[in-house]
Amino acid sequence: MGFLDDIYQDLILEHYRSPRRHGTLEGRGVVAQEGVNPSCGDELTLYLRRGADGLDVRFVGEGCAISQASASLMASAIAGMDSVHAAALSAGFQRLIRGEEPGVDLGDLQALAGIAKLPARVKCAVLPWKTLDEALTRLGDDQL
Amino acid sequence: MDDRDVLALRRDFPILSREVNGHPLTYLDSAASSQRPRQVVAAMQEYYERHHANVHRGAHTLATEATDAFERARERVARFVCAPESRSLVFTRNTTEAINLVAASWGRANLGPGDEVVLSVAEHHANLVPWHFLKRERGIVIKPVPLTAEQRLDMAALRSAIGPRTRLVTTFHMSNVLGAVNPVAEIARLAHAAGALLLVDGAQGAPHLEVDVRALDCDFYAFSGHKMLGPTGIGALWARAEVLEAMPPFLGGGEMIRRVTLEDSTYADIPARFEAGTPSVAEAVGLAAAVDYLAAVGMAEVARHDRELVGLALELLSDVPGLTLFGPRGDDRGGIVTFDVAGLHAHDVATILDLEGIAVRAGHHCAQPLGAALGVSASARASFYLYTTRAEVERFAMALKRLVERFGTQDRA
Repeated sequence: MGFLDDIYQDLILEHYRSPRRHGTLEGRGVVAQEGVNPSCGDELTLYLRRGADGLDVRFVGEGCAISQASASLMASAIAGMDSVHAAALSAGFQRLIRGEEPGVDLGDLQALAGIAKLPARVKCAVLPWKTLDEALTRLGDDQL
Repeated sequence: MDDRDVLALRRDFPILSREVNGHPLTYLDSAASSQRPRQVVAAMQEYYERHHANVHRGAHTLATEATDAFERARERVARFVCAPESRSLVFTRNTTEAINLVAASWGRANLGPGDEVVLSVAEHHANLVPWHFLKRERGIVIKPVPLTAEQRLDMAALRSAIGPRTRLVTTFHMSNVLGAVNPVAEIARLAHAAGALLLVDGAQGAPHLEVDVRALDCDFYAFSGHKMLGPTGIGALWARAEVLEAMPPFLGGGEMIRRVTLEDSTYADIPARFEAGTPSVAEAVGLAAAVDYLAAVGMAEVARHDRELVGLALELLSDVPGLTLFGPRGDDRGGIVTFDVAGLHAHDVATILDLEGIAVRAGHHCAQPLGAALGVSASARASFYLYTTRAEVERFAMALKRLVERFGTQDRA
């Protein structure tokens, strides 16, 4: 049961059941980006806005504990960051999930490290981050 | 069959003795794809090592042997579903291709704007999407029939859905999500009384139930090899000979023609008309070995074993708070247990069970409209077959109960 405890640890279940920054954003400068895993039906919409205090972020979604906890942990981590740091965190997290050295301090996100050993679930953990990458690209364009 | 008989039979399935994640494999995903016995692999190997050449028209010995093997396979598979003649059994890649064949050939030739296809809300996507094509292309009307509260096909609703414009009724023999077995002969009576034809999606029926296309009185019966101990890449469409004879071709190419000029072509008789290109010969030989294996056990025995296992699973898992079981209770129920754990997504359930070596499927099971009707976007499914033991069902039930206790919540759907 060791590996099971590692994957479904309390921090992940807690973020799954009580997701942080859950909700939507509206108004000027908001980018709403949808992400879907068609093979399993996981989906989320990420709302991103650049403010005076860095990124403002919310999400809504439906799916497994891993995808939803990953989204909640991500939203908590990037809130208040600038786009460059958020993009670097995303790259570092995706390295972690591929089983590589992240190269950045991931904090609580380290809780998802075990997913690297579950190839069938990698796409769940990564879905919010791929969605973030796309949202950041659009956010950058919108500012130009 | 008791567990001792099943254990003897399992020696024919080497994959079932492997380990997964440090536990003996408990394979409960046969509704998605079954495992196959050595006899099937051996038949294909023997074909490749002794007899292979392209089929039909060959003047040399191997071509004759390969053609004989292919046509003998057709006869054995046709006999397995009690087809009166083997020429009305067309080999396809799988059930999906067989249904697409009916939609593309019979459908395009016979359906126009306003013509109705009646089907259930519990159809597999393979029996929905081809009709969506015709809805867009021909303006046909798709009339869905709901389920009863017990999650059976609502026969009263079916009766009122069938009307003067109904040209086709199409539904599953056994549901891949609910395990519900449809009263096909009665549905055939209703369809025929309205002048409509009946197509049966036999993807789960052919592997798990006794199939007699004459007794079912259907017009089309589609099934897949890989769900019934056979190889992937082979399936079949049985059709009433007079219906099949009147149908235009599906794919064009070699094998399916009578005469070809640069300007035009005429078509071969059935079944060749629907088998363009070099067919899956070794796979047909493998499927024939698979139906021989099933016939030796006896399909009545296979169906009884499935029913016994599903009864055991329902008994062990009923009244577990936070666990919802789908599907009807009763004898019209095959070896499928689909369930939802409150507070945990089906994919997490499948991962946790896999860590104990238990293989179940999770997701929408290619039946998203059914999920919408049941109010669940994803569910987990355990499915049984002739090689599943009572001990395995008990192991699964214990693991699932532990999982529900540890991770489930009762207040969150």
